[in-house]
Amino acid sequence: MKIRLNVWRQKDAADEGRFESYDAGDVSADMSFLEMLDVLNERLTLEGRDPIAFEHDCREGICGSCGVVIDGRPHGPKERTTTCQLHMRSFPEGAEITLEPWRASAFPVVKDLVVDRSAFDRIIASGGFISAPTGSAIDGNSIGIEKENADLAMDAAACIGCGACVAACPNASAMLFTAAKVSQFALLPQGQPERWRRARAMVATMDAEGFGSCTNHGECMAACPKSIPIDHIARLNRDWLRASLREGRRVATAGDSAAG
Amino acid sequence: MKLDAKIPAGPIEKKWERHQLEMKLVNPANKRKYKVLVVGTGLAGASAAATMAELGYQVDAFCFQDSPRRAHSIAAQGGINAAKNYQNDGDSIYRLFYDTVKGGDFRSREANVYRLAETSVKIIDQCVAQGVPFAREYGGLLANRSFGGAQVSRTFYARGQTGQQLLLGAYSALERMIGQGRVRMYSRHEMLELIVVSGVARGIVTRDLVTGEVRSHIADAVVLATGGYSNVFYLSTNAKGCNTTANWRAYKKGAAFANPCYTQIHPTCIPVSGEYQSKLTLMSESLRNDGRIWVPKKPGDTRAPADIPEEERDYYLERKYPSFGNLAPRDIASRAAKEACDTGRGVGKTGLGVYLDFSASIQRLGESAIRERYGNLFEMYERITDENPYRSPMRIFPATHYTMGGLWVDYDLMSTIPGLHVIGEANFSDHGANRLGASALMQGLADGYFILPYTIGNWLATAKLEKVGPDHPDVLAAEHAVTERANRLLAIRGKRTAASFHRELGRIIWGECGMTRSASGLQKALQRIPKLREEFWGDVNVPGSAASVNQSLEMAGRVADFIELGELMCRDALEREESCGGHFRVEHQTEDGEARRDDDRFCHVAAWEYTGEDRAPIRNVEPLQFESVHLATRSYK
Repeated sequence: MKIRLNVWRQKDAADEGRFESYDAGDVSADMSFLEMLDVLNERLTLEGRDPIAFEHDCREGICGSCGVVIDGRPHGPKERTTTCQLHMRSFPEGAEITLEPWRASAFPVVKDLVVDRSAFDRIIASGGFISAPTGSAIDGNSIGIEKENADLAMDAAACIGCGACVAACPNASAMLFTAAKVSQFALLPQGQPERWRRARAMVATMDAEGFGSCTNHGECMAACPKSIPIDHIARLNRDWLRASLREGRRVATAGDSAAG
Repeated sequence: MKLDAKIPAGPIEKKWERHQLEMKLVNPANKRKYKVLVVGTGLAGASAAATMAELGYQVDAFCFQDSPRRAHSIAAQGGINAAKNYQNDGDSIYRLFYDTVKGGDFRSREANVYRLAETSVKIIDQCVAQGVPFAREYGGLLANRSFGGAQVSRTFYARGQTGQQLLLGAYSALERMIGQGRVRMYSRHEMLELIVVSGVARGIVTRDLVTGEVRSHIADAVVLATGGYSNVFYLSTNAKGCNTTANWRAYKKGAAFANPCYTQIHPTCIPVSGEYQSKLTLMSESLRNDGRIWVPKKPGDTRAPADIPEEERDYYLERKYPSFGNLAPRDIASRAAKEACDTGRGVGKTGLGVYLDFSASIQRLGESAIRERYGNLFEMYERITDENPYRSPMRIFPATHYTMGGLWVDYDLMSTIPGLHVIGEANFSDHGANRLGASALMQGLADGYFILPYTIGNWLATAKLEKVGPDHPDVLAAEHAVTERANRLLAIRGKRTAASFHRELGRIIWGECGMTRSASGLQKALQRIPKLREEFWGDVNVPGSAASVNQSLEMAGRVADFIELGELMCRDALEREESCGGHFRVEHQTEDGEARRDDDRFCHVAAWEYTGEDRAPIRNVEPLQFESVHLATRSYK
């Protein structure tokens, strides 16, 4: 196949960036999208030009490293598909394809199509865990968990942290990412002791990192390669509201005792 | 080099308990005075870093990915073994121990394997407490399945994403410690040198993959949790970034490399489609429960599978191994597929594939039953190949996906360099010559959560460490070596990409040091690889500079190390004049073509010692003693 690419090139975070066009050369329909870029990069290298930087690792849709906005859609035209699992047969002969990095102020561009998603790690570090230091666990079967809740928790836990939800959202909100983690633990008995603190802390970090707010566009769910439903956002909103009310109560109590 | 495994005395079931009592402890108030570096944040690294930080040590953790959550443990599908015996089907610590030693074809260290089995039960509890959503029964209790031919149901799983869920559990524990300031995380940092002072591992040199900054990190202990080296084959099921560089740097600084030729080839992967192929995708071997494997009887038969009549098909596994048939173990199934292709009977465009045919099962059980069992795998197959496996048979081919070899460690998981500890797939000790399914996750977490955090305390409490500052000559020399190597790579500006060298290396290793090996093939490889290395250093083209993001430079450095490792693998395979596990030496087979092990000459670990550039390494030997499990021959006829 003949394919033409318009690729976002940006030297580093400080560079302004611009599109550059490339002829992808002789492309096989059986190639994966990233293999098409590999072949182009080898050619650019031998021509003495700077290869295109893009992020990738497992190439089987689970590590969450890859992510390119392809013709305006995060991870490209196919539903429930990461960029690495996209194949060239999904494009017509002679296609002209535009490649951009995730666009969000909380995800600054590192180089070309590579962005810095460390804000996601900081959201998790602020509360996306159950405090269970090694050695303190009781027998796994001493906690019975309703199968339905275990399955729903697993649905939420399937998030690969790729950031497509943020890239797809007109507000660049990280609500789906945050909600998936809050929801996973809210559905499990082990998650209850820290439930309210977790929701509050993770939302606060999300805001501080510069992600936007959720205004129910639903684009995140459509772009999510794991089809994580926005029901989780509803659960997060509920938990966050309850957490905020409880926070008020706690503060009042603390004030009372200090006064006493 | 002296290899002292330091296996504690006493009966096997008491060794670990007794050793824990005998090890020195670090006073709680003193723990914060010790700094430990953990390189790699997969199951082993993340669990170790989090646990040691919880204990109070200062921990710095490193990964080359953009986040610790992306380590390749995330891609493991099947499950994790634990001797819980929740199913009341006769499992026990002893049985898991026995199965692992036998599965490893009697080439692993008994005491380590027993401890692994013993620890397995605690791992499940720990992961449940962290909120890992394991599959549950309707009664609310944990579900199990039988996996990889085991006779008991001891495998715990989270859909087909067990590795992902276990890693996210360890990652959340790690992030909790990062949030509290008890672990300092260095993402997008690659370890490129080990710092050894007075014979003791005292730090590492990293390159910041964003700014290019080269800097040293000094500590009281170093832990490598850097995974396996399957990517030496170029095509493997490993993530593209998986590499041997950290281990190889340690080897060149004096850490013995054990059994490098022990790699595992998985039989059910999607075949290669062309020269541009960048990796291979594994499909769960559970598919073999309902699929029949065959090739045409006639070499060069290019008819569509549906046009080949039943009597012209060779269901070779059913023919050769009637009692196990299509469920023959990984090593046997893989080798048989290669044989079929070597005799010109492979299928698909490349001739490197065999059919895995579900038509009989679909006829017997109905398409919906098959869809329910394997729907996601069939979808994945169709996505990659654009072929519908409900209509025509799948094509599969073996691919490398795990390496049992790795840096030699003693019972305390310490390498031959004092202070350098190695955990998870990066070490060698627990799986012998062949790993059982659902045991890799178990080992990574056992090492990280429950073994290293104890044994490292013993090292820190007993080592008398000199003060090392950033200006120490050995530190500066290590930093200089990293900078010099990068500059050298950048200065060549030759005519070939690093990837093209990697592909060529992969073809040599796959051909001569893969499933079937011969002395003549290995000798040929040992002549070719040093030449390839020379060509690489004379003709590789690495564009750009070292002072910014440079993915070509990262790749070139890793390929350079893979070339050297490939040579060591071939050397190790040549010296091991027996067939064991997945390693078939054609000179050593029974009359009916099965593997012939040689316990008299090779019941030992081969640990290679680096002696300098262009000098042959020394093969040291750690004899293996089997006191609890008697040496026996595996048979699947």
